[in-house]
Amino acid sequence: MTAARAAQSARPQLVIEQLTLRHGLLEAVRGVSLTVREGETIALVGANGAGKTTLLRGIAGAHRASAGTITFDGVDVTKLPGHRRVGMGIALVPEGRRLFANLTVEENLSVAIQRRRPGRWTIDSVIEAFPMLEPLRAQRAATLSGGEQQATAIGRALISNPRLLLLDELSLGLAPVAVEGVYSSLKSVIGEGSTVVLVDQDITRAATIADRVICMLEGRFVLEGARDELTREQITEAYFGLHRSAGAGT
Amino acid sequence: MTWVNDVIQGILLGGYYGIIACGLALMFGVMRIINLAHGDIAVLGAYLIYLLLEHWNVSPLIGLLPVLPVMLLLGYLLQRLVLQRSLRSGLLTPLLATFGLSIVIQNVLEQTFSPDVRSLGQDTGSLVTAAWKINSEISISALSTLIFGAAVLIFAGVQLFLSRTNAGRRMRATAEDPDTAELVGIDSRSVYAWATAVAVAIATVGGLALALRSSFFPYSGPDQLIFAFEAVVIGGLGSSLWGALLGGIVLGVAQTIGAQINPEYSILAGHIVFLVVLISPRGGLLTLRSARGARRALPTVTT
Amino acid sequence: MTAASQTSPTPTLAGARIQRWTPLSAGFTSGFGVLIIALAFVPVVMGASVVQDLTNLLTLVLMAVMWNALAGYAGLVSVGLQAYIGLGAYATVWFALHGVDPYVAMVLATLFCAVVSIPLSFIVLRFRGAQFAIGTWVVAEAIGIYVSFDNQLGAGTGTSLTQLYTYSPTHREHYTYWLTLTLTAFFVIAVFLLLRSRLGASLQAIRDDEGAASSVGVRVVAGKRILFILAAAGCGAAGAMTLANILFIEPTSIFSVNYSAFMIFMVLVGGLGTFEGPIIGAIILYFIQQQFGNDGTSYLIGLGATAIAFALFIPRGIWGLVEERTGVRFMPVGYRVRRRAPDSGVDP
Repeated sequence: MTAARAAQSARPQLVIEQLTLRHGLLEAVRGVSLTVREGETIALVGANGAGKTTLLRGIAGAHRASAGTITFDGVDVTKLPGHRRVGMGIALVPEGRRLFANLTVEENLSVAIQRRRPGRWTIDSVIEAFPMLEPLRAQRAATLSGGEQQATAIGRALISNPRLLLLDELSLGLAPVAVEGVYSSLKSVIGEGSTVVLVDQDITRAATIADRVICMLEGRFVLEGARDELTREQITEAYFGLHRSAGAGT
Repeated sequence: MTWVNDVIQGILLGGYYGIIACGLALMFGVMRIINLAHGDIAVLGAYLIYLLLEHWNVSPLIGLLPVLPVMLLLGYLLQRLVLQRSLRSGLLTPLLATFGLSIVIQNVLEQTFSPDVRSLGQDTGSLVTAAWKINSEISISALSTLIFGAAVLIFAGVQLFLSRTNAGRRMRATAEDPDTAELVGIDSRSVYAWATAVAVAIATVGGLALALRSSFFPYSGPDQLIFAFEAVVIGGLGSSLWGALLGGIVLGVAQTIGAQINPEYSILAGHIVFLVVLISPRGGLLTLRSARGARRALPTVTT
Repeated sequence: MTAASQTSPTPTLAGARIQRWTPLSAGFTSGFGVLIIALAFVPVVMGASVVQDLTNLLTLVLMAVMWNALAGYAGLVSVGLQAYIGLGAYATVWFALHGVDPYVAMVLATLFCAVVSIPLSFIVLRFRGAQFAIGTWVVAEAIGIYVSFDNQLGAGTGTSLTQLYTYSPTHREHYTYWLTLTLTAFFVIAVFLLLRSRLGASLQAIRDDEGAASSVGVRVVAGKRILFILAAAGCGAAGAMTLANILFIEPTSIFSVNYSAFMIFMVLVGGLGTFEGPIIGAIILYFIQQQFGNDGTSYLIGLGATAIAFALFIPRGIWGLVEERTGVRFMPVGYRVRRRAPDSGVDP
C-alpha cells in the first residue's frame, strides 16, 4: 500500500523499548519493543489476556512501567503521569468506554478540553462528526446506547487533538450496525495524519484499516508484519499460539 | 407552641451543621476519604480569626476575609503533602494520618492559645443580641439567620461551581473515575488538592460560625467532626451535596427538641437520630445506600 | 517442637512446601508460654512499683492487640473502642454495687461488653472504612453521655471502686496484676488461635479483597462480627483493668477518644496486621509514657506526628519492616511457602 510506504519513510513517533508491565506479580507485558512511525495505523491482535489492553494503558500512562522506556516524539515519557501525556498528544479510548456516567455527553467532552492541543477538534466539531450525538448533548452518559457511548468516548479522546490515538476494543459489546457506523466514521476521522494503534477482537475488521498487524501472545509480540504480507493462517496461528494451522473456521 | 420555636431554632442551628458538613461531604464525594481532622481544622480557622481580633482588633466577620486564603493554601498543602501520599497506600492510611493530624492540631492549639474557652460573639456588636420577636414564644436571632443564610449560599455556590464551571465538571469526573480522568488530561492530584482547599476554606467559615454562636477551645474539633459526620450520614452520605444541609437541619431540630425535654439530652438526641437513621432500611434520608455501590459522587448536582 | 509440627496441618502444593511452623517460630511460641508463666511469678519476686508498671503495660498490650485484631485483620479502623473501655469499667462498678466481688465483677464486665457489642455490631458493621471509624465513635459518645446520666454510677462527676478497698493494698495490687495477666494472655491467645483457624484465612481474604472474598463464599460479615465482639470484650477487660489500677473513673476520661489515639499509635508504630507488632508498639508507648507522659501537649504532639509519619512512610510499622528485611516471624499465624529450590521464603 502506498500509505504503508509513506509511513515507513516517516520519522518514528513512538518508540517502546523493552517495556514490562505488571499486574502485581503477573507480567502482563514482557519486555516488548515497538517503533511506530508518524501516520501509521497499527492493529494489535491477540487472545484475551495477551496483554494488549495493558500495553495500550501503559502507553497512555494509566499503567506504570516496571521496566523499559517509552519515548514519544523524542521525549522520554515513561514516568510522566497520564494527563501530561494527553497534553503531549497521546489519547486513549479505553476498553469499555469508561464514560463519566453521571456527566452529560457535552460535559464528558468538555472535561477533556483542559489539555487540548490546537487543532480542528472542538466540542462542536466532534458533534458534527458524530451527528447522532447532537440531540443527546444534555443527556447523562449512563443513559446512552453502546454505539452512542462509543462515539462519545472517541469524541472525548479526539478533543485533545491527539497525534497518537489508542483505541481499545472499539467493537466490543456493540451491535453489528453500530460497529459499522463507528468504523466508517473512524476512517474519515483518523484520515488526517494522526497515528493510530488499534486493539480489536475482530481481526478482519481491524486489519482492513491497519498498515501493520502485530500479534500478541502471553505478553510478547509473536508476529509482526505489513498487512499485505501476512496471511490469515499466520495470524490465526499466532493468535492461538499454534505452530501449525489451527484448521478452518476462523 | 414552644415546639414551633424549637423547630425554627433547630432549622437555623442546622445551618451551622450544614456548613461544617459541607466540606466533609465534598472531600468524601471527591476522594472517598473522611478527614478526621476536619473539626480541628474548623477550630484552627476560628483561632486564626481570634488572633486577628486580639492583635489588630479586626472584627471577626472582617477577619474571615484574610484568613480564608490562608486556609485555602493550608488545605491545598494538606492534600499535596499528606493526603495524596496516604491515598496511595490504601483506604486505612488517610484515616490514620488525619487522626494523627487531629491530635497534633488540638495540642498545638492548646500550647499556643492555652486551654481557655473563648467566644467571638461579643465582638460582633449587636449582631449576637439582635432578634426578631414574632410573638412571646418565637424569636428569631439575627446571628442564626445570618449563619443559615451563609449555609445556603455556600451550598448553592458549591453546586454552581460543580455544575457550571469546567473545573467543577473535572472535579465530578475525577470523583467518578480518577483513572479515566487522567486519560482525558485531568490532573487528578490537582483536582484533589483544590477539593481539599475548598473543603478547608468552608470549614473555616464553619469555625467562625461556631465561635460566634457559642464558644470554642482547643479540643472542640472532635465534636464538630462528629456533628458534621452525622449530618452527612443522615443526609445520605455523599449521595447528594444538599443532603448534607438537610441532614444538618434534621440534626439541629433533633438537638433542640431533645434539649427542650432536658438540656442534657440535646447532644444525645442527635446521636440517637443518627443511629436510628443508620438502622433504618434505607440508611439515610436521600440515599439508596450509594456508598455501597461504585464510585458515585455528587451525582445529583447534574440535575 | 516436633510435636507441634506434626499436629499442624501441612498443605502441599506442587513444587513448594507450605510451612506454618518454622523452628524459630516454634521456639518463640513455647517461649511465649514460658514468658506468661514467668510473668505470673513477678509479684512474688518483685516490688510493688514493678507490679504496677507491668499491670499498666499489660493493659496497653491488651488494648493494642484488640485494636489490631479489628483493623489489621478485618480492615475495620475504629475510633470508638473506648466505648467498651468505659463500659467495662462502669459495668465493673455496677456489678460491685450489686454485691459481686470486684474481681468477679471485672470478669462479668468483660462478658457484658461482649454481649452489648452483639446488637451494636448490627448497626456499625453496616459502615465501611471511614464511616465505620466515626460510626463507632458516635456510639462511644452516646454511651458515654448515657452513663453520665446515671446517678447511681456517680453521673458526670465519676465514681470509685470502693469495694476494692476491702483488700489490703498489697493483695489488691497482686490480684489486679494476676487478673490483668490472665485476661491479656487469654485475649492474645484467642486472637492467635482465631487467626490460625479457618476463620483466620477467610479474614485475611476479606482484608485483601472484600468483594472477591464474598464472591467465593467467604462469610464476610460473620467474620467481621466475631472479631468485633472479641475486640469489644478485650477492650471491656482493659477498661475493667484500668479501673482496678486507678480506682477512680469519670465518664469523660474513661470514654475519651484518647484511648483510640493510643491504640492507633501502638499498632501503627509496632506494625498493623502483624501479630507481634501491637505488643512491640505497647512496649514502646509504655516507655514513651514513662519518659514524656508528664509533658502534656508536647508529648501528644509527638505521638500524633509519629503516627502520621508511620502512616505515610512506614505503613507496616517496625515489625513489618523486620519481617520484610529478615523473613523472621516469631508467632506462626500465617503460612509460609517454601520453594523446593533454595529460595527465600515468601509469605502468602
